[in-house]
Amino acid sequence: MTGTSQGEQLPTVFPPDGTGTAEERVRARDALLDVRDLRVSFPGRGWRAPRVEVLDGVSLRIRPGETLGLVGESGSGKSTIGRAILGLAPVAGGTITFDGERVDNASRRRRRALSRDVQVVFQDPYTSLNPSLLIGDTLAEPLLAQGVSAREARGTVADLLDRVALPRDTVHRLPREFSGGQRQRVAIARALAVSPRLIVCDEPVSALDLTTQRTVMDLLTDIQERTGVAYLFVSHDLSVVRAVSHRVAVIHRGAIVESGEADMITRRPGHPYTRRLLLSAPVADPDRQRERRAEYERRFHAGAS
Amino acid sequence: MSAPVAASTAPRRSGTARRFLTNPQAMLSLLVLMVIAGLVVFAPLITQHSPTTAELRNAFGPPGGGHLLGFDSAGRDVWARLLYGGRNTLGGAALAVAVALVIGVPSGLAAGYHGGWFDSLASWWVNMIMALPAMVVLLASRAVLGPTVWVLMVVLGVLVAPSFFRLVRGTVAGMRGELYVDAARVFGLRDSRIIARHVLAVVRAPIIIQVALVAGMAIGLQAGLEFLGIGSGSLPTWGAMLNEAFTNIHREPLLMLWPGLALGVTSAALVLLASALRDVLEDRGTAPATGRRARRAAAVPPTERDGVGERADLLSVRDLAVAYTLADGTSTEVVHGVDLDVRRGEVLGLVGQSGSGKTQTAFSVLGLLPEGGRVSRGSVLLDGTEVVGAAERTLRGLRGDTVAYVPQEPMSNLDPAFTVGDHLTEPLRTKLGLSRAQARERALDLLQQVEIPDPARVMASYPHQISGGMAQRVLIAGAVSCDPDLLIADEPTTALDVTVQAEVLALLRRLQAERGMGVLLVTHNLGVVADLCDRVAVMREGGIVEVGATADLLTSPRDPYTRELLDAVLDDAPARAPWRPREVGTR
Repeated sequence: MTGTSQGEQLPTVFPPDGTGTAEERVRARDALLDVRDLRVSFPGRGWRAPRVEVLDGVSLRIRPGETLGLVGESGSGKSTIGRAILGLAPVAGGTITFDGERVDNASRRRRRALSRDVQVVFQDPYTSLNPSLLIGDTLAEPLLAQGVSAREARGTVADLLDRVALPRDTVHRLPREFSGGQRQRVAIARALAVSPRLIVCDEPVSALDLTTQRTVMDLLTDIQERTGVAYLFVSHDLSVVRAVSHRVAVIHRGAIVESGEADMITRRPGHPYTRRLLLSAPVADPDRQRERRAEYERRFHAGAS
Repeated sequence: MSAPVAASTAPRRSGTARRFLTNPQAMLSLLVLMVIAGLVVFAPLITQHSPTTAELRNAFGPPGGGHLLGFDSAGRDVWARLLYGGRNTLGGAALAVAVALVIGVPSGLAAGYHGGWFDSLASWWVNMIMALPAMVVLLASRAVLGPTVWVLMVVLGVLVAPSFFRLVRGTVAGMRGELYVDAARVFGLRDSRIIARHVLAVVRAPIIIQVALVAGMAIGLQAGLEFLGIGSGSLPTWGAMLNEAFTNIHREPLLMLWPGLALGVTSAALVLLASALRDVLEDRGTAPATGRRARRAAAVPPTERDGVGERADLLSVRDLAVAYTLADGTSTEVVHGVDLDVRRGEVLGLVGQSGSGKTQTAFSVLGLLPEGGRVSRGSVLLDGTEVVGAAERTLRGLRGDTVAYVPQEPMSNLDPAFTVGDHLTEPLRTKLGLSRAQARERALDLLQQVEIPDPARVMASYPHQISGGMAQRVLIAGAVSCDPDLLIADEPTTALDVTVQAEVLALLRRLQAERGMGVLLVTHNLGVVADLCDRVAVMREGGIVEVGATADLLTSPRDPYTRELLDAVLDDAPARAPWRPREVGTR
């Protein structure tokens, strides 16, 4: 992170809800997912090394059918939020409430029940599917885990493939026969299998080509409009997050620095870090990029040694 | 980087079985083993003689009268002893393998999957067992537990269990971090089910291979013990037969042959089966002819097409085709006739999606195609020197001061065993002939040029001690260290965070302007192209669809594919509208 350390000093206090103005503050009773003051730390490297704080009091809320985009750079802790919600990272402090019920540090039994409502799509479509399982078996897995009969699961799997626009004979194939975009469709279908109410999407389009990226994003939006599922959409790419999210939260070094409606955050960012993220991303228009570069250099003195 | 992949071909479910059936080595060794097993299992049906009935008058008797192989020194039927002995020999080996599996696999699964104290404890035990000399333990246990083959085989099983433990533990620990295991947890699968479904599926193949190897080893060890006379005296086994035959080797050498043959054929079949299984299960197939020698042999003389315009002075690629040799010996072309020109001081962007052949094209210019790949036709002129078909010596001469390379993954391109300083000074000393002190001086200067704040400290750091952005700066410093005329940058910022990317792009722009380098920038990011490039070439499926000045191409693309790429850019996509509550009952 040494490369980014030069420049602005970040303010240390942010609105606890991470939201900008009062009228758009999400009311707690509207929220499907309510994360408050979440803290996660991992053991330091080496003997008796201090614990590393990955998340330092993160709060966010997601309403039913809403997409919250979570944008940040590597090491910012953005993926850890998703993993904590899924029960894959230990919660050291704060609360995670899903549909009015505390789910942080839930028992395994409770976690199993919760998996009907909360699902995941990971970044890397190459390692998120078991290479030695047929697609059909991969898709049936969450159904079988919920106690659905094998016969019933088969019918649902065929239906799922239709929903993500994959041919039905896909079930008899192995992941390696598919491209990244197709695999990501499989991963999305798998997440949809149990009709969840929230899907944590951890960089779901980052490993994909530009054109494929677009179609997968459209698919996610389309599914949301039909089923009313809510997404926590984690990404490092502000332009991706802007296009798929109703609201956007920006995370930097384990804390949310700014959040608000997608258009506002990406057009008139209030926080210097968000502005820096925005100006860093080059645009595919030489003239506008020249202006953007000039503004970036003026603000952040990049290039000056 | 994309190797040619034959997607969407042939159903794969029966793939393993089919590969097995068509592998002659696997089928032959399996057939031999099945015949041996059949003979041994159905021994009572095959011979009506008893392996233990001794008739001294027949001692060393020749074959005949229903006695296929004659008699041994005690007048027992050799054929019958061979068949019944096989039961004990193979049964003993099977017992050893079973014990090893029962101990090694579950403990390996548990240790690998859960880690923690069980892992430490089990690994400690395993190391201790592996440190024991097997032969000595077997001899000692025979003295304590008595001379039974079966007990000895159980002990042997315990002694070889670590090989299964380590194999399984290693594989499982490696996949514990895999996303599909995380995903399975999110689906609410129990650990036992995750292990049964996901983990076992992965370790199955290596276990099967290991079983064949361990079985062969167990047979050999057991025969060795028997041969030394420390097996069970009464049971007929191949090893015991060898022992008896050896004492009479001068009188009847042929008696050595039969048990020796049985042991040899069985062990050989097992080892061959194991190696064939490895090919089949791990999908290696026969390796294509690759490596330096094969590449040299496959090198074609440069070819030139007529009338394709004037060739640029720095880099000029004409009709370049790149082909890969596949496992089955056929080859597939991934780049089909590419023309490219980079003039001195010019930045050319080469854009396209993954698999479009842009990286292959860049590697061809460097003469560094990955294994199996070769330039199958065309010409690449680098500062007037032909690269296609050039000797390694010529290429070495060009790299560094004529052409240099900045890779996509900065971390994997620095050797973790050397410091940053070593990486930078090495080429300076060999290429420019600088002394150690001069090279150090120059390296510090280079690090300063790439805007690294504390050059002396970074010089002494190992790659894992610096960040990705820093590593990329180091690699850029290395690339420009010998003042190249052409810099080939393959997705130089793709692995970096966007704020770091902005800084690295600024650095590249400054260095390019200062030194007047030509740059071939391979990227999929049209924003990076707009930022840095003078001209752009768009690649699709191994061919160039459009070349033009950056501003023209990005604002008014002529080719529909270029337009498609530009449409996918999200810069001007509208932000999503604010959330509205759904009407009840629409779900």
